[in-house]
Amino acid sequence: MIRRFASNKGAVIGVLILLIVIGLALSADLLFPRGPWAMVQRPFLVPFTMDGFPLGTDTLGRDVAAGLVHGARVSLLVGLVSTIVALAIGVPLGAVAGFYGGWADEGAMRFTEFFQTIPNFALAIVLVAILEPTLTSITLAIAIVSWPPVARLVRAEVMAVKSREYVDAARLAGLSNIRILTGEVLPNTVSPIIVMASLMVATAILLESSLSFLGLGDPNAMSWGYMIGAARTVIRSAWWLSFFPGVAILVTVLALNLIGEGLNDALNPHLSRKGTA
Amino acid sequence: MRTVLSIQDLSIALPKGADRPHAVAGISMTIAEGEILCVVGESGSGKSMTANALMGLLPPGVTVDGGRAVFDGQDVLSLPETERQKLRGSRIAMIFQEPMTALNPLMRIGEQIAEVFAAHGMYGPTEREKRALSLVTEVGLPDPAKIMRAYPFQLSGGQRQRAMIAMALALEPELLIADEPTTALDVTTQAQILELILDLRRRRGMGVMFITHDFGVVAEIADKVIVMEKGIAVEQGTAAAVLEHPQHAYTRRLLDAIPTGRLPQARKLEHAPVLELKGLRKVYRTGGGLFREAREVRAVDDVSLTIARGEVLGLVGESGSGKSTLGRTVVRLVTPDAGQVLVGGTDLAALSEEELRRSRNKVQMVFQDPYASLNPRHRILRALTAGPVAMGKPKAGAEAKARELLEIVGLGAEAANRFPHEFSGGQRQRIGIARALAMEPELIVADEAVSALDVSIQAQVLDLLRDLRARLGLSILFITHDLRVAAQLCDRIAVMQKGRLVEIGGVHDIFLSPQEAYTRDLLAAVPGADWAAENRTRGVS
Repeated sequence: MIRRFASNKGAVIGVLILLIVIGLALSADLLFPRGPWAMVQRPFLVPFTMDGFPLGTDTLGRDVAAGLVHGARVSLLVGLVSTIVALAIGVPLGAVAGFYGGWADEGAMRFTEFFQTIPNFALAIVLVAILEPTLTSITLAIAIVSWPPVARLVRAEVMAVKSREYVDAARLAGLSNIRILTGEVLPNTVSPIIVMASLMVATAILLESSLSFLGLGDPNAMSWGYMIGAARTVIRSAWWLSFFPGVAILVTVLALNLIGEGLNDALNPHLSRKGTA
Repeated sequence: MRTVLSIQDLSIALPKGADRPHAVAGISMTIAEGEILCVVGESGSGKSMTANALMGLLPPGVTVDGGRAVFDGQDVLSLPETERQKLRGSRIAMIFQEPMTALNPLMRIGEQIAEVFAAHGMYGPTEREKRALSLVTEVGLPDPAKIMRAYPFQLSGGQRQRAMIAMALALEPELLIADEPTTALDVTTQAQILELILDLRRRRGMGVMFITHDFGVVAEIADKVIVMEKGIAVEQGTAAAVLEHPQHAYTRRLLDAIPTGRLPQARKLEHAPVLELKGLRKVYRTGGGLFREAREVRAVDDVSLTIARGEVLGLVGESGSGKSTLGRTVVRLVTPDAGQVLVGGTDLAALSEEELRRSRNKVQMVFQDPYASLNPRHRILRALTAGPVAMGKPKAGAEAKARELLEIVGLGAEAANRFPHEFSGGQRQRIGIARALAMEPELIVADEAVSALDVSIQAQVLDLLRDLRARLGLSILFITHDLRVAAQLCDRIAVMQKGRLVEIGGVHDIFLSPQEAYTRDLLAAVPGADWAAENRTRGVS
């Protein structure tokens, strides 16, 4: 499987980019020990004009490079944690709905549809506004708006797997429903869930950026979306303030998407678009 | 007779990393006008690849790398795609194993046949329809006018195959390639389709290349036979010569492996019943709503029977006869609507979930599809021990027992640490049997347990079951559509039709003096029945 993944060029590039971003995020305190909020030079310093400030400074004279690197932490953290929380809600709900069917299914799916019918972003804004914008509430809000597709996917996969003969065999072996679900059914639905999760991290990063852009980010955490939002008033005079965070978002999300595609092809070789015989 | 197709030294290369370099290596054959050539072989012998190469339907990565296939003076293998397209359908036609997937589900049968003319730019719309109607009539579909307006899903499997044949015949091809066209059909339907192909060959004088794995079918229709093993033609000749005096060891092995219908010695049976079914009923309701009445299918309709300890009861019937539902009711994967399933005195049908879980070990099942019946993520050891451990056996004991069982079914104890994908279909079926035995059941339900296997593998698994029956005194409910297989293993046979038990009796009674008309029809439809009977009387297999 790893070999199939490694033979996909796009996926390998994605992994490399992501590793670089993670590396920068982890070493943020070493690279920029003064933090992203420190005013270090005169405002509106143009990029590539002064040594030590390759990406210039913002409206208050803060280093854009420091903001990017520290912002990576927030973006990655929010993306990862919110995805894990979304999986923690969506997987059990979808599994129970798909496995037991009947009333459990009806109930779980109506509940899921309730969340699906509300526009994602609007719900996220409302949640953050009610809960006060902190990293925790933002992460939670993103998780709450992104679990419904997980539940639907898991439900469909579980329904397909549970009619397999080996599940019948497990039933005949006298295994309890819980053990059949966790031991026989769920492990065989993992591949599409992994693929979906990798793409969800990307979506979560975008959502967090959008929230920060609107000023609903955690005021104590530097993030890419906040940087773009803060720079939008000066976009014509100081392009670099929104350009570099924008590129950071684009590259990270692209990397995650490439990884997701690569995982998909590696885990489901039969559906691979390349069609190796 | 004029030669229609002549294949010389055809080789088809497989992509690198396949189990052998060539799917087909240097085979030659000729088909004359009005001749039926049967290409026989087990799965993976390259018989379908040969047909696909002729039609230009090889999967990506597989290429023809030598030889010629001369049809009407030109080599079809070297024709450009556009030329080949003209040939396909109009002069060489093909029918497939699964007619449901080969027909467009959204188009009426009449339109689909007419479309064949349209694709080749022939006739006006009214003429097309007229010709389609006459074809539908020719292939013997009932009520042609109605069938013309029907969608594929409204037809039965046999009717769909007839519709496919009508499409194939539309442009009066000189060569018909039939790739296992009857494998997915019931015996009685199969017999009708074979009759149809013989009849069309007589009337139209076309050459037929008939691909099959079943020597019974060969005996019914073949003029000439070519036997393939791993891409090599090991034997060819007239049907009579190959069937009567097989030269090659492989052909002989295949012929020996065929269930001949030779009946086993009657055994003395105990009287103590291991399973008693009393008035079992299961009705499936589908659809239904405010304005429509629900459709009811009586899958199992008031069935009562008993199986004695140590007995093998064969349950035969066509698809849709309810035999599988009955089997699943016995293990209670399906809960019956009425009736009792008595195993050793307890009524499985009446147990609660929790009680049932504790009694699960009493009846076990061996499944049909060896590829779907094992969890691909679990090692064999886990598949074999999960049940006993859940029943409260100590883990170490269950593992030792599992290894011992793997030895008994002929796989060796080291198989325990491997994953299902490392085994072939026949080996997986052995694992399935070991898994059932691990629960120390009183009865095993084998649902079409050998139907998905090649004949030689089938024979080995049947041998294993016979051996286990003798050694462990197993009681088996053996569900199959194949009477020849049932004859080999079973002590008694029960015949089901439309959910009802038609006839039940000793294997000799059923085969030699069937009481019911339906049983007689089933027996008559077995392909190669006459040929097998001749062999029986002559004492040759």
